[in-house]
Amino acid sequence: MTSGWSLFVIILTIANIVACFWMLRWTSKPRTANEKIGGGADTGHVWDKDLREYNNPLPKWWLWLFYITIVFGLLYLAFYPGLGNFAGVGGWTQTGQYEEEKAAVEARAATLLAPLAALPVAELVNNEQAMSTAHNLFQQNCAQCHGSDGGGAVGFPNLRDASWQWGSDADSVVATIAGGRIAAMPPWGAVLGEPGVEEVVAYVQTLSGQQADATKAAAGQARFQTVCSACHGMDGKGNPLLGAPNLTDEIWLYGGDAATIKQTLMDGRNGQMPAWGDKLGEQRVKLLAAYVTKLAAGQ
Amino acid sequence: MNHDAVETKVGLLGVLIALVISVGGLVEIVPLYFQASVTRPAPGIKPYEALRLEGRDVYIREGCYLCHSQMIRPFRSETERYGPYSLPGESVYDHPFQFGSKRTGPDLARVGGRYSDDWHRVHLLNPRDVVPESNMPRFPWLADGMVDGALTARKMEALRKIGVPYTDADIAGAAAAVAGKSELDALVAYLQGLGTNLRTGT
Repeated sequence: MTSGWSLFVIILTIANIVACFWMLRWTSKPRTANEKIGGGADTGHVWDKDLREYNNPLPKWWLWLFYITIVFGLLYLAFYPGLGNFAGVGGWTQTGQYEEEKAAVEARAATLLAPLAALPVAELVNNEQAMSTAHNLFQQNCAQCHGSDGGGAVGFPNLRDASWQWGSDADSVVATIAGGRIAAMPPWGAVLGEPGVEEVVAYVQTLSGQQADATKAAAGQARFQTVCSACHGMDGKGNPLLGAPNLTDEIWLYGGDAATIKQTLMDGRNGQMPAWGDKLGEQRVKLLAAYVTKLAAGQ
Repeated sequence: MNHDAVETKVGLLGVLIALVISVGGLVEIVPLYFQASVTRPAPGIKPYEALRLEGRDVYIREGCYLCHSQMIRPFRSETERYGPYSLPGESVYDHPFQFGSKRTGPDLARVGGRYSDDWHRVHLLNPRDVVPESNMPRFPWLADGMVDGALTARKMEALRKIGVPYTDADIAGAAAAVAGKSELDALVAYLQGLGTNLRTGT
């Protein structure tokens, strides 16, 4: 605030308080030499022929509440920022109090997390305290997509099964959470044409043991091996390095019926796991990695 | 001046009342209009691109602000959940601002990048598909409604008149930028941009 505006605020605020005080005094004094206050005196106003208004002073407790308010206001302005650029005697600030609270909790969290820092993910899984913290973190940050039980939803991976799109080892899981992942399935409609896509669909269905048209599946196999195998592998078992899902299990992210597989192939899919490293920090990411490892193990 | 004069002359009473009740506004509101930290954009804050601007209008039309705030207060419980607290300089291009006053749903001031685009699409069309416990209404019509590009440029011109620094090129390209986009696209673009400018700007 410029000093001009600061002065503006100070003058108006002080003037306002002084005016309140003056008005209390002014209205509690007799207004004319003849006026009587209290003791049955009335204001001289008459309504409906005989209704008269007592001219009693404000009750003392009420008057004193006003005075206390004024004193409180002055003290408040002395100790807290309010009068323009005057910061108050204690130098209190909103952000200062926030930083203090944050530092206090961070310090407490650090002592809680310190014993866990050295533990590898595999051991955190069995640490009750770590898992209880991780449970809260999961509900707070992960449940919106993966569900509060980790069961996922269409398009959002189920974390309770043993299928890992990006690898199940601790380093991969930590990397997935911290850095996020983009699982881009390109659209193949234009390349393969609709009949071609349908053949591949039939083949992909047979990979996981579903019934499909044998002729189409045979034709689809050839297409699969030229086009799809680059990411999903010759045997369709996927490649965690590319985030290409295993097509031979019965776990489907978008759905395993012919119509859904066709849609996936025609239009592609763009799965995205947001990056959490910056928001949560290394230590909490590790706790979450342990938590989802535990979920996947069915515990 | 006698007290009777104030009580019996209604015009004088009105003037004095107006004077007294204006003090609060004069002290607490008026100086803000002249304070750089409130009127100037925080580092990294840019005007909304055409599509996001349209998304913002969808946000307002659907009344999202009734349940979602966009104002993270400097309390630890809030920054823990939503991210760094909001700064006044982040809202300078918001006309009208979307601070909101009630949180039936979570604060959205920094929701950008928190979820994927796909998540937002699924979630806006039917929140229960991804969050079974959610009590947010469905907005299935957003996918069908198309953004009317004819109005976008005029909205930007109007905003420019009240100080949002859109360039002529921004305005000329507005219709093309929103062509063929659904209201859902626009709203997702708006949500994905919320709070991300400052994060990259600092």
